[in-house]
Amino acid sequence: MKTAHLISGSFFDGPASMNKLVTFLNKLAHGFSASFLETNNLKEEYGESSGVSISIQGLNKAFDGKPILKNINLNIEAGETFSIIGPSGTGKSLLLKHIAKLELPDSGQIFVDGHNIHTNNGVPERSYRYSMVFQSSALFNSLTVGENVGLWLREKRVRRESRIRRIIHEKLSLVGLAGTEGMLTSELSGGMRKRVAIARSLAMNPDLILYDEPTAELDPVTSDELAKVIQSLKIKLNLTTIIVSHDLNFALYLSDRVAMMDNGEIIEIGTPEELKKSQNKKIRDFIYTTTKGIKEGK
Amino acid sequence: MTKKLVPINPFHSIGHKILSTAQGTGEMIALLLETVYYCKEAPRNLSSIYRQVNDIGIGTLPIAMLMSLFVGMVLSLQTGSELAMYGSQEAIGAIVGLSMVRELGPVMTSLLVAGRIGSAMAAEVGAMQVYEEIDALKTLEINPVRYLAMPRLIACLLSVPALVVFAVFIGVIGGGVVAEVNPKINVPFSVYYDNMIRALSYKEVLKGLLKALVFGGIIAQVGCYVGFKTKGGARGIGESTTRSVVLSFLLIMFANYLLTRFMI
Ligand SMILES: Nc1ncnc2c1ncn2[C@@H]1O[C@H](COP(=O)(O)OP(=O)(O)OP(=O)(O)O)[C@@H](O)[C@H]1O
Ligand SMILES: [Mg+2]
Repeated sequence: MKTAHLISGSFFDGPASMNKLVTFLNKLAHGFSASFLETNNLKEEYGESSGVSISIQGLNKAFDGKPILKNINLNIEAGETFSIIGPSGTGKSLLLKHIAKLELPDSGQIFVDGHNIHTNNGVPERSYRYSMVFQSSALFNSLTVGENVGLWLREKRVRRESRIRRIIHEKLSLVGLAGTEGMLTSELSGGMRKRVAIARSLAMNPDLILYDEPTAELDPVTSDELAKVIQSLKIKLNLTTIIVSHDLNFALYLSDRVAMMDNGEIIEIGTPEELKKSQNKKIRDFIYTTTKGIKEGK
Repeated sequence: MTKKLVPINPFHSIGHKILSTAQGTGEMIALLLETVYYCKEAPRNLSSIYRQVNDIGIGTLPIAMLMSLFVGMVLSLQTGSELAMYGSQEAIGAIVGLSMVRELGPVMTSLLVAGRIGSAMAAEVGAMQVYEEIDALKTLEINPVRYLAMPRLIACLLSVPALVVFAVFIGVIGGGVVAEVNPKINVPFSVYYDNMIRALSYKEVLKGLLKALVFGGIIAQVGCYVGFKTKGGARGIGESTTRSVVLSFLLIMFANYLLTRFMI
């Protein structure tokens, strides 16, 4: 049985130590004196992005005693486009959530540019910007499309309102949705929602962007366009991109390297060519399925 | 693998209940502290606070007034006819006024808001939790407590006392009208009013408003806490709705006892 954790530094940190309470009380004491204008410092920080390197070491995660991620070791270089493929339910989304600091590992560490992301010892909490495109899109239902895309910019007050509008328009055009700013998210189709989610992630000029099934709900033409967008972002901005996808063509076309996950483990990592040539049966089964294309003799 | 049968150990389940209650209490206190901490950033979320005040205050006003009108009328009818048996019906103003200001106004209005707004909050925040919107907020560097819980807390702290003022006002008038028109009681409104004003002091009114303030805080905190803890898809959202109503009713009643005990 899990022991009760009475004190949390932040409500969302989950089990936390006394340490966190102390820092929290400090924050509380200083908080009231610090003006809310301090966020204006971010103005200078919102610049171009630059890729970060990621290193995952011995990551384990279980839910209710059932191990889901088993000893994941992974190194992703700065500026790399990296794909993770694998059958449904192996924990690909969960792995992304660990990188996005949304889940705490049971054991193991994740380093971004050499800093452990779970123990920020003296390092400013967020020295790099990352964003995630969720499998479910996770748009804010109470906001319009434009407000969804501009939320980060408005919250961080990094730009003038007129500039923010321009950025929103620009990012929506990137995903082929220019002019939908005023629409409600409930009026969108699944594919449109996904594209709005992508625009929202791009609006913060991230150094690291995590895509969870970006093409799952897109038609082939739109996914082709998305591939071009991701490719051009990579060339222009040198950001680190991690893609979880079932769409093999998409993943193999875009990626510098691909990892195959099965049953909570990474069973192979390599360039797309290496993976295609792999003799591992699981990988061959995954890549060369029989139901692809038109049946012969028809 | 065969499934192992685990014998049910009563101590185990009782202990588990106690631990989880303690954990829940601790988490709620942590959430409260964090929400209060982020109140310093309220100016950034003015529009959100405004929207919530609109929902809670203006949305609930008609029904709160209607409810308290009937409460005041029934109160006057019941006590008035009882007092008439002893010929002391002049005291009706004081009785209705004091009970509305001290107890019925704050408690009934808060229960109404808890049922109408607290549950909606739990459902809304719960849906955001279940559909990963809270996770999305976190990746956008937006603290969910600041963005969701703080505006709701402030809005409740502003709206509930305001609602109580209106509710008490209408309830007292309702009581007065019944006292005048009911042949058994037959107390003129001016007598009712004088008697009530003499019994009520600013202190009593402030005590009533303090209660309303605390209950408002409870409603917002419970709604957000239950919402943040929602798990398990659409069904989980439904469960959260009910849970928030039950929990805030309990906490309001408990706080009401404590406040009454220490303010007498
Ligand atoms: N918060 C959670 N609580 C309990 N179990 C979870 C949780 N998150 C994930 N799991 C479990 O972890 C496993 C992997 O889930 P995950 O969503 O990462 O799969 P996936 O590889 O992304 O699959 P898909 O390709 O279908 O999206 C699933 O069996 C799921 O039940
Ligand atoms: Mg997934």
